[in-house]
This record gives sequence, structure tokens and C-alpha cells, in this order.
Amino acid sequence: MNAVLASIPRVYANGPAIRLLPRLDPDNEFFWTAGRDGVLRFLRCRSCRQFIHPPVPRCPECLSDDLAPEAVSGRATVHSFTVNHQQWIPGSDPYVIGLVSIDEQPDVRLMTNLVDCEPDDSLVGSPVEVVFEQSDNVFLPLFRPASTRPEGRP
Amino acid sequence: MSPAAPAERQAAITGIGQSQVGRRLGRTDLDLTLDACLDAIADAGLTRDDIDGLATYPGGGLGTGGFAGPGTPEVQDALRLKLNWHDGGSEGPGQMRAVIAACFAIAAGAARHVLVYRTVTESTAQGEGGRQGIGGSGGGSGGVPRFGGFLQWSLPFGAVSAVNWIALVGQRRVHEFGLTREQLAHVALNGRRNAALNPKAIYREPMTLDDYLAARMISSPLCLFDCDAPCDGSTALVVSHADYAPDAPHPACHVNAVGTALRGRPSWDQFDDMTSMAARDAAASMWERTELGPTDVDIAQLYDGFSVLPLVWLEALGFCGRGESGPFVDGGSRIALDGELPLNTAGGQLSAGRLHGFGLLHEACVQLRGEGGERQVPGRHEVAAVANGGGPIAGTMLLTRGSG
Repeated sequence: MNAVLASIPRVYANGPAIRLLPRLDPDNEFFWTAGRDGVLRFLRCRSCRQFIHPPVPRCPECLSDDLAPEAVSGRATVHSFTVNHQQWIPGSDPYVIGLVSIDEQPDVRLMTNLVDCEPDDSLVGSPVEVVFEQSDNVFLPLFRPASTRPEGRP
Repeated sequence: MSPAAPAERQAAITGIGQSQVGRRLGRTDLDLTLDACLDAIADAGLTRDDIDGLATYPGGGLGTGGFAGPGTPEVQDALRLKLNWHDGGSEGPGQMRAVIAACFAIAAGAARHVLVYRTVTESTAQGEGGRQGIGGSGGGSGGVPRFGGFLQWSLPFGAVSAVNWIALVGQRRVHEFGLTREQLAHVALNGRRNAALNPKAIYREPMTLDDYLAARMISSPLCLFDCDAPCDGSTALVVSHADYAPDAPHPACHVNAVGTALRGRPSWDQFDDMTSMAARDAAASMWERTELGPTDVDIAQLYDGFSVLPLVWLEALGFCGRGESGPFVDGGSRIALDGELPLNTAGGQLSAGRLHGFGLLHEACVQLRGEGGERQVPGRHEVAAVANGGGPIAGTMLLTRGSG
């Protein structure tokens, strides 16, 4: 499911005309390059099993330094969103900025772009899934409406 | 509250000053700052030789063009101040940090009269290229800067301005509380009505609900009139030891309590409650430091960098229940000058100009002193609540009117 984003007809742009990119460092590089194999990953504490975001050298819950990136399903719920119309970045069409909570641990949130969606009030609370957009050496996790829910999920 | 009186009770605002305020004034930040500072010192019945402390927010060189104003070394040198204490910086309980630090410095005996100022020249700085997002507006492949810290989590997705981050708060409030654009409009319309009575306000022409609803969208649900007006201007205060208050020429504004807490995660995306964020913590900590309560407050000056923020503050400070601020402001009568809780009586940042928190603090003092002229709140004006900041940044202050 986590295919690299193809060109899809849409009303809203997938994001701004120019992507301002993160500066990779030893703590964050795994996150920003996880999309290379189409899998979203977060740092997880092997001791207390908390997902940790943003990535930091020690677990903020139990202070263990036994941490490793771990794959997640890529499924999330829209916590909030906004449609940006202002031309902060010249040449940008309106795009949807989302704030999503990952299914595995909803207090872990990501700002993202919501793509292939209708940005009305019912978007908040709806299920989405990750899709990556590559920009230079960075794989940005964007989210689109989830195709289907796994068994047992609301 | 704790057994001993909070330290900030030893401080009082004894002088206020403000420079010319306007758009594209073309004056330097230091020029405006000196006007405001000299105004405040004289207002306090002092001379610059009495000033032994100096503080500002955020200090020189930070942020986008025109945001920071001059740092304390520039102002100290320009006025040849001899200081026992000086402080500038951007981290802490919002714009209020400089004033709160001054209160604590006075209580600690480090200074007796602290000059505190905040200067913006964002209108002049933005005159050529429109309002900027954080991280600038240009760039292309090769030579494009990369970003670390919090910005790496927002800029790649085009969330390049505080309006985008605050819009996420707004839309979450639509979802949880049924916030409407009409309710947001009443914050903006209230500001515009009050600004008509403020000669220094940027936007003074009348605005109707239709005008508001017809404005272009910036970042939904926030339109142009939900965003404050960049301006040039400087505001200064003299924070003195409270024992000077009886000698000051104007009624002192006593600091009853400050709110400084930050108990949730300090970021725009990870804070547990997106509908309140740090306002919840700062407000709670202020009420923990005073025997006064929300019903004692006569006037509210609540940060309105964006129209949704006063709604957040109204709830955080307990003027209404969680989720009830939309209905509270609906129609505008409760928050009008003659309402039960007059709000942003000089027009707020939405209409009077983005003096970045200090305009609201200045206006709280004007109202407590009874110097509001046409916009003076009728009846009781003895207690004012001032709140600054939004998102993960928040600081509050409760001021009471002294005799004199």
C-alpha cells in the first residue's frame, strides 16, 4: 500500500510548489529516509515500548537509551487540518496541511499534507494511510484517505 | 495559593509609554524604542538615572524582518543606562517573559526600576514583499537552506507560518466544539469597533459581518481578518518595586499574579490538547497564585495574533467553560466595551496593530488608570487580565489598580 506517490488528478495540490526540507542528522535520518522502502518508521523504546517522536537519544518516558526505529502500519487518523491559500511559497496552489495521529499510539502526531481528499469538516477523525513523496534525499510522509480498515478496527 | 504572597506582588507598573504606531513608518526600531522608553520613564515620574534594570522580548536579531526590535545592549548604550540587571530572550512564557522576569528581578532585589520594552517594525520590513512565512518565501534547488528542530516537522509540508499552525487549532475547535466562522468574526468585529475609538489603531474604518465573510481565506478556517495587522511601533513599561507606587504620578498597576506554567509537550504538533495548548497551563498557574478568580476580572486583554486565540484564552482563564467561548462571543455583546467582559478595548492586534502582546499590556494599564478616553470601560475597572501567546507559548498577568 505504501507506494511512492504517482501523479493523480486532484483539486488541491499535494503540497507547496517548493519543498523546504529537513536537515538530516544521526537522530532523524532514519525517519526522513524510511520511505525508501515504502515503510513509515518511528523510534521505539525497547524497554517501555513507547514510540518516541520527535526522535531523541533517550526515551523521555523511562530514560532508557535502548531505542530503535520500528515499522508501523502507516495508518493514522486526521486530528486536524487546514487548507493553505496564502502564497508563502510563490506558485503554490491551495494545499491541505494535516495533523494526523498514528494508529499505534495516537499521542504521536505528524504534520503532513493530506492528498486526494475532500477537505471539509468531516475530514477530522477520518482514517488515512501514508504515501511517500521523494524530494532530493528525503521521503516525505503524506497521507491519503485509507482504502480499507484492517479487521477489528473502527 | 501558597502561604507566602507570590513574589510578583512586590512589583507594579508605574509608567507606560508608546511610540508612534503605524504602517511603513520608515523609522528605525531603535528610534521608535527610544520614544517609547523616554515616554514611559517620564510617565513614571523618573529620569533615566533612576532606571537600574532593562528587559525586552525577544532580544536583538531574532525571527523574520522587523520582528525582534533592538536588543538591550543597543538601548542601554543609547540611553547610557547604568544597570544592575538586564535580560532579553525569546524562550519562556511568551512575550510576557520580559515583564515577568522584571517582576522577579525586583522581588529578588536585583533592580528597583526596570524598563521593559517591545518593538516591532514588521510593516516597514514587509513593505516590499508581503507577509513572510518562517523560513522565508523563496529558494530552489541548490543553495536552499535545510531546517532542523521543530521547523523540520512543519516547513516541508508548507506549514510555514504561525497562521497554519493556529489554523489547526481552529479546525480542531470546529470539530470538537462546533466553532463557526460567525463566532470568529465577532472577535474581529469587536476589535474593529474598539479600534475606531483608538487614534493610534491601524484599521479604524467600520467592518461588517459581510465584510468579514467576504475576505479571502488565508489558511482555513482563518481568513484575512482573522490575522493581526503588521505594524511599526514600540511599547515600554516601567516596572518598579511596589513601594514606589505611592510616589508615582499615576495610579500604579499592581502585579497580582503571573502565569508561567508549561506542563504539556512544548510544540505545536505534539501538545496533548490542541484546543487549548499552553494557555491552559499558564492560566491555571496564575489562578494558583492568587485569591482572586475569573469573576473578579473587569477587563480582558487577550492575545489576538489570530482571532481564535482569544477564544482559547477565554476558556483557559475560566471566563467560560471549555468549548463555550464561541457562544460566549457570539453576537459580540458580552465582550463589548459595555459588556460583562470588555475584550481588547483598544482594538487588539487584529485592528490596532501587531504590537506583539505589549499593546495589550499597555491598554490594560490605560484602562485601569481610567485614561481610555472614548474607549474607557464604563463602571468598575479595577482588575485586568492580560494574556499573551498562542500554541505552545503562553504567559499571563493579573493587574490590579492602585490608589493614587
